[in-house]
Amino acid sequence: MDSPEKLEEFQQRIDNGEKIEPKDWMPERYRKQLIRIMSQHAHSEIVGMLPEGNWITRAPSLKRKMVLLAKVQDEAGHGLYLYSGTETLGVKRQDLVEDYLYGNAKYSSIFNYPTLTYADICVIGWLVDGAAIVNQTMLAKSSYGPYSRANVRICKEESFHKKQGYEMLAKMADGTPEQQKMAQDAVNRWWWPTLMMFGPHDTDSPNSAELIKWGVKTKTNDELRQHFVDRMVMEAEAIGIELPDPDLTYNEETGHWEFGDIPWDEFWSVVKGDGPMNRERMKARRKAYEEGEWVREAAKEYARKKRLQDEKAS
Amino acid sequence: MTKNSSENTEWPLWEVFYQPKDGKPFEHAGSVHAPDAELALQNARDTYARRNEGIAFWVVPSDQIVASSPEDQGPFFDPANDKPYRHPQFYSVPRAVKKRK
Ligand SMILES: [Fe+2]
Ligand SMILES: [Fe+2]
Repeated sequence: MDSPEKLEEFQQRIDNGEKIEPKDWMPERYRKQLIRIMSQHAHSEIVGMLPEGNWITRAPSLKRKMVLLAKVQDEAGHGLYLYSGTETLGVKRQDLVEDYLYGNAKYSSIFNYPTLTYADICVIGWLVDGAAIVNQTMLAKSSYGPYSRANVRICKEESFHKKQGYEMLAKMADGTPEQQKMAQDAVNRWWWPTLMMFGPHDTDSPNSAELIKWGVKTKTNDELRQHFVDRMVMEAEAIGIELPDPDLTYNEETGHWEFGDIPWDEFWSVVKGDGPMNRERMKARRKAYEEGEWVREAAKEYARKKRLQDEKAS
Repeated sequence: MTKNSSENTEWPLWEVFYQPKDGKPFEHAGSVHAPDAELALQNARDTYARRNEGIAFWVVPSDQIVASSPEDQGPFFDPANDKPYRHPQFYSVPRAVKKRK
């Protein structure tokens, strides 16, 4: 069991801004929470390749195809940095992946929405990666060393993701009436789900206080969401895009944009598995995992035989 | 559940070190799974150097890494703590020499 002295000492280290490394003593619950959060983050990066991957073969130009391919490959990389980080906590990657494919592990709800047109690809880059940057910039300061370092690496790649989306959206918003309509329609569909990416309001987020106390997170869901909204209002205006919220108003006193009620019923139904694409996404991920099994086995067997041969030869 | 981890199809884990630039020391990047050393190097490149972050790699089976343990950190590094004479500040130099840096 975690003794009070040890806990006290641990909290002291966190409060001093020290990083916790894999072999350091840590409370059992700190380890559990990290495994949960880090693996959820990893699963999200991986499943996040699907909505965008959906458009790779139908990109509007060779340039956009190369850009999208590179972006989606980065997301695979993010997943791998994060799995690698999670494994430092003494868990096996296979268990993490199978807990997600066949068990209860969750991933970000945002990836349970469909990508209906190429404008969705623009908007994902702008809004979804934009929100991810806000979140991950905070996580780059996380108290757990490997998680912090994985997020530093991720953040270096995210600004490309956001900028390519924003640039494309700006072009569409400045294009033909059809393009403008497509762009606005995609923003209308993605805006609210993106705001939900930051998680429930602080008052409904039971884990938040503990995660902040332990320095896993350094800002609350509502703080991050507000920061995001303030920035996006400005960026939307700059390219002539409207945000679908009639309640958006600037508060002179606080210096922040106030926004309307987030449709939380929708959020919870998507979390529970009833979003428009939940089943589809899980099906695609399981299929990839199961159809890849013979490759994993064959490569292992090949390596084993080669080792034997080398041993014989020497 | 149709799958469980009773059968282990996971490839071994390798720690990845990369040299960021010519002349720089190698740094730890993270880890990759791979069936052998050759694929470990390729996976390391695809995972950790998509933008030339590294110009050279080392991969080492993770179970071959030996690390000092944090519990012994005090006694382990103790011998270095009481030897100020290992630092140049420990010595005095004539003033005339000190001036010209
Ligand atoms: Fe990402
Ligand atoms: Fe991204």
